[in-house]
Amino acid sequence: MNKLLKPETNSGKREGETSPVNRRSFLRAAGIATSLGTIALASACKDDETEPMPGGNGDTVDLGSGDVGVLNYAYALEQLEAAFYSQVITTPYMGMTDAEKTILTDIRDHEIIHREFFKAALGDKAIKGLTPNFASIDFTKKDAVLGAAKLFEDTGVAAYNGAGKLLKDGGNLLLAGKIVSVEARHAAVIRDLINPKSADFAGDDILDANGMDKAIAPADILNAVKGYVKETITGANVGK
Amino acid sequence: MDIFKIIDNFQKIDGDALGRLEYATRRHFMSKVGSKLATVAVPTVFASIVNKAFAQSAGAVDVLNYALTLEFLEDEFYKAGNAAAGLIPATDKTIFTQIGKHETQHVAFLVKALGTKAIAKPSFDFQYGGAFGDVFTNYKTFVTVSSALEDTGVRAYKGQAGALIGDPQILEYALQVHSVEARHAAVVRRLAASVTGNAAMKGWITGKEGAVPAIYAGEDNLTQGGKDLKGLASKTDAAISEAFDEPLTKEAVLAIAGPFIKP
Repeated sequence: MNKLLKPETNSGKREGETSPVNRRSFLRAAGIATSLGTIALASACKDDETEPMPGGNGDTVDLGSGDVGVLNYAYALEQLEAAFYSQVITTPYMGMTDAEKTILTDIRDHEIIHREFFKAALGDKAIKGLTPNFASIDFTKKDAVLGAAKLFEDTGVAAYNGAGKLLKDGGNLLLAGKIVSVEARHAAVIRDLINPKSADFAGDDILDANGMDKAIAPADILNAVKGYVKETITGANVGK
Repeated sequence: MDIFKIIDNFQKIDGDALGRLEYATRRHFMSKVGSKLATVAVPTVFASIVNKAFAQSAGAVDVLNYALTLEFLEDEFYKAGNAAAGLIPATDKTIFTQIGKHETQHVAFLVKALGTKAIAKPSFDFQYGGAFGDVFTNYKTFVTVSSALEDTGVRAYKGQAGALIGDPQILEYALQVHSVEARHAAVVRRLAASVTGNAAMKGWITGKEGAVPAIYAGEDNLTQGGKDLKGLASKTDAAISEAFDEPLTKEAVLAIAGPFIKP
């Protein structure tokens, strides 16, 4: 959970004095959650980092610790994205134009490349192949597919942005940087497909008043995507 | 005086104040306020702590001022472009208004973060010594320069990530701006492809494809993390190059941006 939500232990302030700040932090975190679509408010009250997430009906997959944990975290997200776009191209939605198909095929290839790169880079430390669960997405409908694509891309951007500071190795940080901007390009193009020539490509719904994208911690991201994967992914030690 | 009420009020102006406050520990904050409250106006103390929270190291100050230089450049560019009568077609005005808004926000953020250490705004020559003489009268030129500025911005921020690895909160802010520049770049590249009739130019960078070739040097790299990815997953070189954006050093960026900045 967002570190801002952890109780202050060294301030010496009374409960009543800290609550307005904590409440605001909580609401801010909840706002982030809502924008990603699937995080229940109730779960935001728990310490997600120390307990496995409920709801999966498969194995438990632990991402590991340190930089390896962060890279496995990225590998897990790329697996989901690659599987999603592979399905989109295998079963195109009704009325998919040639231009849309070209874009979605490009993105599919990028995500497969990211997935295979992380798999190779992690070697025997890589987590297993995950089993996606896209039962909630109607792949025959353009709105549903592009809406899910937007969610995955925005989530990917926020995830990489939030994971950057967890990396200890500069080489790994640079790699994450090389990939996150491509995810951001995807997000902008998908958003422009949904609402062409609008401000949505970098919309006020996702950016803050400083003109910044989101940066979200692994626990919150894993919570947001857990409905899309059958395994239960635990990331309590990512970056630690 | 209720310091939490002040923080609350500050957040109404700046929703992310708390995030920055993480950097100065609560203990530090409270002791500093406690010791100076009697003689110094709280907002002044608060501002100095916020500044201190950002500018932890001399290296970070350098990176932030470097970023500020580029954001000043972008901000002034879009202010001029958005104000130029008849330049941007009505259909594309929303996009450039949104981009311009973000660049203004980035400048304001960096100026506030750097406080007294912020550099002064340079004077700019957007005609680039004559190379882009019609930049504010010819939409093709404007979009071309815009796409080049955005892609350069992405490469510039990416190139500084490693320098901020010891300043985690500043690193995170830099990443949060970096991905916004990439969003800008993608949408403007697609506009540029359309306006200039270059179908090879996509939202992502294929090989070294871009409107101003000099700034795409190295974008066709296929080696990542010490591994040659050629042939990975049976994908083309084009797709592999698109999947990774490449950084630029500060020296390379300043060589590109230099002619925009009047001496």
